[in-house]
Amino acid sequence: MIPVPVYAVIHTTPEPPLPFWVFFVSTVVKMIIVFTVYMVGVALLTLAERKISAWIQGRLGPNRVGGKLGLLQPAADGVKNIMKEETLPTHVNKPIFMLAPMLAFIPAMVAWAVIPFGAPWDSKWGRIPMVVADLPVGFLFTLAISSLGVYGIVLAGWSSNNKYALLGGLRSSAQMISYEIAMGMSLIPVLLLAGNVTLNEIVDQQANMHIWNVLTLTISFFIFVVAAFAETNRLPFDLPEAESELIAGYHTEYSAMKFSMFPISEYANMATSSALMATLFFGGWDIPFTRVDNTTGVSFLMTLLSIGLFGLKTLFFIFVFIWIRWTLPRFRYDQLMSLGWKFMLPLALSYIVIVASVMLGLDYVGLERGFFYGLAMLGVNVVLVIITFFLLDRGRVISPAYGRATPQQIARLRAVTTSRSHLSPQSGD
Amino acid sequence: MAINVKVLDRPVEQVSYMRATLKGMAMTFSHLFKEKVTTQYPEQKESISRRWRGTHRMLTTETGKAKCVACGLCPTVCPSNCIKLVPGEDEQGNRYPLVFEIDEFRCIFCGYCQEVCPEEAIHVGRHYENSEYSREGFVYDLERLMAQTHPVSEMWDPSDPKGE
Repeated sequence: MIPVPVYAVIHTTPEPPLPFWVFFVSTVVKMIIVFTVYMVGVALLTLAERKISAWIQGRLGPNRVGGKLGLLQPAADGVKNIMKEETLPTHVNKPIFMLAPMLAFIPAMVAWAVIPFGAPWDSKWGRIPMVVADLPVGFLFTLAISSLGVYGIVLAGWSSNNKYALLGGLRSSAQMISYEIAMGMSLIPVLLLAGNVTLNEIVDQQANMHIWNVLTLTISFFIFVVAAFAETNRLPFDLPEAESELIAGYHTEYSAMKFSMFPISEYANMATSSALMATLFFGGWDIPFTRVDNTTGVSFLMTLLSIGLFGLKTLFFIFVFIWIRWTLPRFRYDQLMSLGWKFMLPLALSYIVIVASVMLGLDYVGLERGFFYGLAMLGVNVVLVIITFFLLDRGRVISPAYGRATPQQIARLRAVTTSRSHLSPQSGD
Repeated sequence: MAINVKVLDRPVEQVSYMRATLKGMAMTFSHLFKEKVTTQYPEQKESISRRWRGTHRMLTTETGKAKCVACGLCPTVCPSNCIKLVPGEDEQGNRYPLVFEIDEFRCIFCGYCQEVCPEEAIHVGRHYENSEYSREGFVYDLERLMAQTHPVSEMWDPSDPKGE
């Protein structure tokens, strides 16, 4: 039997706990700041979406309220939505109808609590982690909470007592279930590499390796991005609200601020997914070419810089979300399902196997988990990316609209029909 | 599959999704920085054709009277029957319109009235911004027609069909 060297994952040494009042005050301050920035950011995202869509389409976008950039447009929209009449259709199930927007909104807000947004700050009162809730299971928590968001949509669709809304809710649940699995599977390689489910540790691992996960685990990143689009109901996966098919899908019956809750939670989910992408695959708050560990103190300036970098990465992914929305048309429903189950899931599963074996091999060779380990992973990865995007992606990833059947397929179909005609008794005989 | 559905023969082996998506993204990204085509409407206005046919205008003589001689050709030629004309006659035997009203809601802006007018009195105008608080506001009487100041349409000229 070959002795496989077991690699011990470095855990940062446990730090002395903060005094209670420091912990309390810092957490409250962080909560207020994060919540404010998040809410204002989400409001500005609606403006960003309109601006970017306008630019892509050769227009100017909102520029009448609040200067040339239309910075007060979100405020105007908010005031409009609050002032509008709240209609409560008589045929709806009122308690659930009222509950659904909250259920969509709250998980979108909560998920952000565990995402580390900056390097821990060594203040004179102790080391303050730049995350609202430093959960040891942060990663699992985000996955769990982000899939809770579907309840809001499904309940909205169901309680509306409207066929379009119901179809929208149904589609949303089917879509979420399909892509949740691929998303979870795509993240297992990240966990294999980090050996930990704490988001801060995942950032640490990328910083230790001096190479971001997007380079070592590109296919995971690809699957995660696609699954995140499906999870947030963004185009090209916006089947739950598909305007051209379902009027407005699950929020057909909603009006005023209750309606507005759904777009807000969609944008909030988008921001959370972007932050997760930045954390899991793009090094999170890590400042390249510097190390943050227990031996060096982190000044407030460094922390601010790391927060800024994290913000930039997140904003970039938000831009990608918007950019894709104004590039791709909506998937057909069967394409959506076949992409999720027939392509993404097998790809994710086989990728887990490949990554696990490569890591086993590298550990066996005795390579330190550092930069060269990452380079070796990168080499394997380049090959896999070429195979996936250039060899597999030939009319097989997603079935296009009906292609003409090949002679072999026709022969096979004929064989099936003739064999069936043998089985069924002919009426004339 | 339904009967008579046209099936396109797609080269399935050459179809890609990822690479095609990236190509599309490059295309949309390049459009981000292109020149915008928006006209900022109330401040900027698109120029309109010299042959634009908008709401009417009655031209006047030097003495400030309507050029109209109440011949009755325009209500006759009007296909939508939107011109109301009651002719009158003064002591010298000159005809003038007692009542001349155009219902701009019924008007289809064909410009026949301008073409048929022997005195070049009634014209369709190069003008498109009309708004009123009531439907009645769109029935223009003679005074209103004479008060309009916008330029008038240059009708189609057979010798210069493109209006150059």
